Amino acid sequence: MTGPVLSARDLTKTFTNAGRPLTVLEDVSFDVAPGATCAIIGPSGSGKTTLLGLCAGLDRPTRGTVRLAGTDLGPLDEDDRAALRAEHVGFVFQSFRLLPTLTAAENVAIPLELRGESGATAAALDLLDRVGLADRAGHYPTQLSGGEQQRVALARAFSGRPALLFADEPTGNLDTETGARVESLLFDLNREAGTALVVVTHDPELAARCEQVVSLRAGRLVEDDAHADSDRQPSAAA
Amino acid sequence: MALSPLRFAWQDSRGMRRRLALYVSAMALGVAALVAIRSFGINLERAVAEQSKEVFGSDLEVRRSALFPDSTVALLDSLRDETGATVVREATFPSMARFPASAGGEGRARLAQVRALDGPYPLYGQVEATPTTSAGQIGRDTLGALVDATLLLQMDAAVGDSVQVGNRTYAIVGRVDGVPGQTDIGGLVGPRVYLPLAAIDSTLLGFGSRANYTVQYRFPDEAAALGLVRPRLDEAEIRYETAGEQQQQVTEASGYLSRFLSLVGFVALLLGGIGVASSMSVYVSEKAETVATLRCLGVSSGRVLAVYALQALALGFVGAALGAALGVLVQRTLPMVFAGFLPVDVANDVVPRALAEGLGVGLVTALLFALLPLVGVRRVPPLRALRDDARASGPDPARWALAALLVAAVAGFAWLQTRSVVGAAAFVGGTAGVFGLLAVAAVAVRAVVRRTARPGLPWAWRQGLANLHAPGNQTLVLLVTMGLGVFLVLALALVQRSILEQVALPSAEAGAADVVLFDVQPDQRDGVRQLVEAQGLPVVDEVPLVSMRISALDGVPVDTLKEVADSSFAGTEGGPERWTLTREYRSTYRDQTVDSEVVTAGRFEGTAAEDAVVPVSIEQDLAADLGVTLGSRITWDVAGAEIESVVTSLREVDWARVQPNFFAVFPVGPLDQAPQTAILLTRAGTPQASARLQSAVVEAFPNVSAIDVRLVLEVVSRVLDRVAFVLRFMALFAILTGLVVLAGAVRVALAQRTREAVVLRTLGASRAQVRRILLAEYALLGLLAALTGGLLALAGAWGLAHFTFEIPFRPDLTWLAWALVVVPALTAVVGLIGSRGALRQPPLAVLRAEG
Repeated sequence: MTGPVLSARDLTKTFTNAGRPLTVLEDVSFDVAPGATCAIIGPSGSGKTTLLGLCAGLDRPTRGTVRLAGTDLGPLDEDDRAALRAEHVGFVFQSFRLLPTLTAAENVAIPLELRGESGATAAALDLLDRVGLADRAGHYPTQLSGGEQQRVALARAFSGRPALLFADEPTGNLDTETGARVESLLFDLNREAGTALVVVTHDPELAARCEQVVSLRAGRLVEDDAHADSDRQPSAAA
Repeated sequence: MALSPLRFAWQDSRGMRRRLALYVSAMALGVAALVAIRSFGINLERAVAEQSKEVFGSDLEVRRSALFPDSTVALLDSLRDETGATVVREATFPSMARFPASAGGEGRARLAQVRALDGPYPLYGQVEATPTTSAGQIGRDTLGALVDATLLLQMDAAVGDSVQVGNRTYAIVGRVDGVPGQTDIGGLVGPRVYLPLAAIDSTLLGFGSRANYTVQYRFPDEAAALGLVRPRLDEAEIRYETAGEQQQQVTEASGYLSRFLSLVGFVALLLGGIGVASSMSVYVSEKAETVATLRCLGVSSGRVLAVYALQALALGFVGAALGAALGVLVQRTLPMVFAGFLPVDVANDVVPRALAEGLGVGLVTALLFALLPLVGVRRVPPLRALRDDARASGPDPARWALAALLVAAVAGFAWLQTRSVVGAAAFVGGTAGVFGLLAVAAVAVRAVVRRTARPGLPWAWRQGLANLHAPGNQTLVLLVTMGLGVFLVLALALVQRSILEQVALPSAEAGAADVVLFDVQPDQRDGVRQLVEAQGLPVVDEVPLVSMRISALDGVPVDTLKEVADSSFAGTEGGPERWTLTREYRSTYRDQTVDSEVVTAGRFEGTAAEDAVVPVSIEQDLAADLGVTLGSRITWDVAGAEIESVVTSLREVDWARVQPNFFAVFPVGPLDQAPQTAILLTRAGTPQASARLQSAVVEAFPNVSAIDVRLVLEVVSRVLDRVAFVLRFMALFAILTGLVVLAGAVRVALAQRTREAVVLRTLGASRAQVRRILLAEYALLGLLAALTGGLLALAGAWGLAHFTFEIPFRPDLTWLAWALVVVPALTAVVGLIGSRGALRQPPLAVLRAEG
């Protein structure tokens, strides 16, 4: 892929609350190159999760466009966008979102199953081995600790070899030590798979490990001095 | 995409299967009812077809409510000779049967149905009698009588005793245990005495007799004989019935019965469906995060729906299969339930067609009800994986379409059962109406309880009450399902009670008659009166009875009117209905109205001159069917003499009162000298006095019959009991379904209950306190369901009493009181048993799982 794997242009999202319009995101534009890492940061209520939802095609913007893996999401309906996600996108959630009725291995296999790939189980076991959970493959989510659940979620996110991985506060529910291990794993896998990473976080250290930072305040992009170093890419291409 | 919905549906149902299986079993009872009734119905149809000759007793039967004219007798005899048929002649009439040896030699008597037979009865099938050989004596010219077992039991008589009917006494040679084609219920209403026709006291068949005459044929070659006989009887305008026609009628009647009961079973299925829909809706809301995650991972909405629809389909199949198996078991009990109503022996065969139909109907119902909430998974936004508050908004047209499909399916099923658009519409409307009313009543009762909740209540009860209003609870669904069960049972019980009271009450009133003596001839009136008074009993009333037929209306001869009635649909062209022209009227004359009637038009004339046109008062419904009004002229044929009358008043009559009531009432004067009998009413007060009186009357005046109102009451009560038993049996399915839905709902709410219990216990509540809260919640729920169903039952029973039976509504509130105790207790027990897991969980484990 030669162009950016994710391209957001003039994204605006307005909700109507008690009859009054409320703009939670305004004119946000940025690109993420293939294999790049990008952090979306900002205080609570600044529009981070809204932006992530728009970029992943989970929601539609009031104005603006999103191109994901070269495809404009605008004309696609819900099922087309789901198909696009199945093909190109991985997800890691703050609260893991493992399916409670599936084993660790079955959870990891879902993206492969979605594509109808053969050998899904073997691939899932490989990935679990990669995240250090080979011996937990047959366990259900409730039988795993938080850190283990998030590692399973990481394995699931990468199992489909996505071009782009969205992570929503991936270490938010973990203690510092476990969080650091999961974080390392995230970047290692990103590097190995050549997957672009878009991570929403409160954690300055996690943001600092990213090549690119999109900083939001009250729904607008702001310049972030800490990341305006010459050796980094511009934080936003507004 | 190749994620196999089938495999994923299986994987996704892990840990939920037991829970899901419970609520799908709510379908099982309804399916069981349908399979059982349908199998029974099909077996019944077969039995009727196989046993039709035994049921009907002959190939052809000619019947008349008076002696056959000589010309008819000649024709019937020649037909017998031409076809080589075997013939049985019969006269059936009510008469007193007195057993002189009973009551220590004092004798006991009661009204019986006499079957006087001549010929080798029965022409088909066998009479079950003790001793067995005595069955062969029926219809032979001997002085031996056979008597129904029930009558012998009642009269404390036995084979070897004698029975007096009219002026003759017969030796009881046999006890009749069963006659082909007769039902036990029939025997209950009129127990039978079998006598030889040739040896009947002829005075019993004389003037004023209510005898029916039949001639039954058994042909050596039925088809050929019918080909010969039918045209001859048609030509002579003699009414007859063949075994084939009778079979068709019985098949139709049994079809109506099984279809009606199928509809009652279907109500149980619909209740189960509501249970499935409500449990599914909780299930879907719990699955919202899984669905959102799947959507994020790229699974299409259709595929997600397919996953859950497959789960519903599989569970529906399990539930329906379970129900079908249960139905086969239940079917084995049905011949017992219906014993007494059926003229045939019904087999217990398993009917594959009934099984398939039950499975199909159950599966479709389960799927449609499950899909109602399930289609919502299409609209779970993937954003829900990021934000808990992400929800789809706006109405879902698919849900409306499904609801419409569901109504259409229900209407379709009802149409299949009733084969009538009006019937199907009435079923859909009635069911929707009752469900709607229950829902409205449930909301109202809940609102009232909420308003009246006192802060002074113990904490556990306030907490339990609050749980009933908590968001996401299933209070409304449970109130509707359990309330419907309470409604069905209570409404039946309340109406039954009102009918019985209606019959019982007049006899309980001080001074009201409780024994009716009828067929008293004019020359016997003084004698009967003296006999009654000699027993120390009062003569409450004496009513003359004059038999008559209509011979012309406003000058138009009745034969002309009959032709008009035959050539047009009865009543549609304003002409008189046929039954009003052909029946024999038993009228009376008196100088005033009585308390069971009210004049609604005109003025009642109590006296009239002999030579003038006679003023007559007509019952208003008859007037409508006859097409007469004030001023219309009616010509009556009274034993050959014509009496010209003019309608001067219309009356509304309370027919439910156990006292003589009349279609036509004449003034005193014109009919005084007409051939007549009399009814004499007295009050015996006690069963012993009544028995003594009846025995004495029959001994002195054998042709006079007596009815003890208490006996009527007893018969009505026993018949109603049998009918109510059948209906209650079907209502039972609805109640059990309500309990299964309750158990399912408790199970579905267990996770929520567990979380609440853990929080409460973390805050320091003891297990006992948590148990009390649960007890309070479920007991209150049961109480509200009983109140909701009970209130509606009161309204429904009032409606039935007022509009259908037209009797005053006198509810027996002890039934309601029972419901208010039993239903909450049952609900609390089911609720506590279902929730015991919530109490067992250690708080720490649950909190860790939450994290």
